[in-house]
Amino acid sequence: MSLRSSFFGLCAALLAVGTVLVPPARAADSRTPVRIGAYASLTGSEATWGQSYERGVRLAIEDVNAAGGVLGRPLELVIEDNRSKSGDSSTVVRKLIVRDKVVAVLGEVSSGRSLEAAPICQQMRVPMISNGSNPKVTEVGDYIFRVAYIDPFQGAVMARFAREHLKVGRIAVLTDATNAYAVGLGRFFKERFIADGGVVALEQRYSSSERDFKAQLTAIRAAGVDALFVPGYYTEVGLIVSQARELGFTGPVLGGDGWASPQLIELAGNNLKDTYYCDNFSVESEEPETRRFIARFRARYQEDPDSIAPLAYDAVGLLADALRRAGTTDRVKLRSALAATSGLAGVSGTITIDAQRNPQKPAYIVGFKDGRYRLVTTIAP
Amino acid sequence: MSEFLQQLLNGVSLGAIYALIALGYTMVYGVLRFINFAHSGVFMVGAFAGYYLGKLVPEGTIAGGLVVLLGAMVACAALGMTIERLAYRPLRGAPTLNVLITAIGVSLFLEYTGQLVFGATPRTFPQIFPTAHFHLGGLVISSNQLMVIGVSFVLMVLLQLIVFRTRIGTAMRAVALNPNAARLVGVNNDAVISFTFGLGSALAAAGGILYAINYPSIDPLMGVMPGLKAFVAAILGGIGNIPGAALGGLLLGTVETFVAGSQFSTYKDAIAFGILIVILLFRPAGLLGKFVVEKV
Repeated sequence: MSLRSSFFGLCAALLAVGTVLVPPARAADSRTPVRIGAYASLTGSEATWGQSYERGVRLAIEDVNAAGGVLGRPLELVIEDNRSKSGDSSTVVRKLIVRDKVVAVLGEVSSGRSLEAAPICQQMRVPMISNGSNPKVTEVGDYIFRVAYIDPFQGAVMARFAREHLKVGRIAVLTDATNAYAVGLGRFFKERFIADGGVVALEQRYSSSERDFKAQLTAIRAAGVDALFVPGYYTEVGLIVSQARELGFTGPVLGGDGWASPQLIELAGNNLKDTYYCDNFSVESEEPETRRFIARFRARYQEDPDSIAPLAYDAVGLLADALRRAGTTDRVKLRSALAATSGLAGVSGTITIDAQRNPQKPAYIVGFKDGRYRLVTTIAP
Repeated sequence: MSEFLQQLLNGVSLGAIYALIALGYTMVYGVLRFINFAHSGVFMVGAFAGYYLGKLVPEGTIAGGLVVLLGAMVACAALGMTIERLAYRPLRGAPTLNVLITAIGVSLFLEYTGQLVFGATPRTFPQIFPTAHFHLGGLVISSNQLMVIGVSFVLMVLLQLIVFRTRIGTAMRAVALNPNAARLVGVNNDAVISFTFGLGSALAAAGGILYAINYPSIDPLMGVMPGLKAFVAAILGGIGNIPGAALGGLLLGTVETFVAGSQFSTYKDAIAFGILIVILLFRPAGLLGKFVVEKV
């Protein structure tokens, strides 16, 4: 037998096995769960986000199933880890869609990794609900939705807070040039800050695997600014704030929701005095839906939720609501139902999906005080 | 002016760490004529050894800090000698390329075993030494920066003494010059090579601890970039040459810091490596290296 024919023989055999193994499409009976896919950074540099995301999703699915599921069927979660690495998200999302045949995909917390998976979901016509705040994520196509507010809003909120609340005149911006989220947020902040009459005295850049920021911070210190804006992730922000304080920079340091992680406090401790960031959620919020969620989360995990878990919870809520209204797991009808979401009571605020598939919701500004971040002010859209 | 001095200080303290790692590359190259790429993995293991040892001793004391530093150096010396015994010794006499590929394999093995054992999540390194900040006009000097420069300097002087003033140092130089002739006059080559790996790995561990003290976030892939930079520093100074490695490290750290503090911060690696290319064009053997024609 020649090599060529044995190759074809093998292919034919595999094909035959495949046909036997894959069951024919069954009619949805009440025992077949509705499969939802999720991908997150369960390990790696942003592991605290991925793990928190998983907790939020699991809690939400437990709650939906306890209430009888959707369409009379329970929800089932298939979650995949992308190790916080670029490149892995597209692989695991392809696997979720092709092998696990999920009806929709949830994730990611990061805009950069959401942007990797979004084109695949769009191409395969699978609805995806992201937490990423960079506007480009939902611009990929009409199957991509999000539950977080977008960076232009976040940047504008922080610029207004810096100008009006902290009375900052001159500011420096230190951006992670390798991070789509940070570059976008830095730009939106700068535009609004200048439009409000402030001066951006200096812009410096770094890349995300770096550990030494003293060179950039020394230049910033020499520029004589009142405050510093760092639109990066907590892994670097913790080191940046510590090194800035070490070099004697005492002004306020501001950032976006990329700061939200308990590890930030572990890394920088009391150096975080006089730092503020903008978040999607606050445990001090008085909304009844939020209070109920916090009580539920504390009972389940014996600690307070951060700002990632509530958004993950809302992503499942958004999907369950759309599945109920669509009355089917057909992805085209599900997409239309998601796009028509209006006035849904979420735990991070009331969610209405706009024409760009973004939610309209308030931003919470938190400041470091007595060893933790506390609510300073709430800014509505 | 104070900005210039501050940047110089930042650069020298970063360069001192590069220099420590570069010494390991250069020593092994000097003796065995091959680049030990596993060195950056040993650097990472050193930092993690410090992380676990740091939990056992009281935080922020000089004695505790020294115990952690020495403990990690001993642990990594043992690791370096084990790697040499298991991975490189069976290949003695094989083409250099085989050893080089093995070294890359060992490097990946250490990094990904690290991910499995320690987890990929970054850890916060404890404050093992007491810290203070000194203000000198506009200049802020942290005790950590002084520590890095001081410890590096002491270790480099010690190394120089070992290589030029002790019997084992003489044996190392003999093996470097001609392994066969060294064996003929009664040098135990295997013991000398093993010692060289131990010494180089101990320096990598010290580098790992000093790096982690300054930038207290450690993860299993933390060694990749510093390892690459130190390798470049070793080439820049003239590979095989100990003062050259120190000079190369300091030069690279300083240039990198000055570029990072300018408007071209994103190009800092490109510019630092560009300078390397220019220097090698004019001095192919590195700054302090001697150009030797390979005998065929």
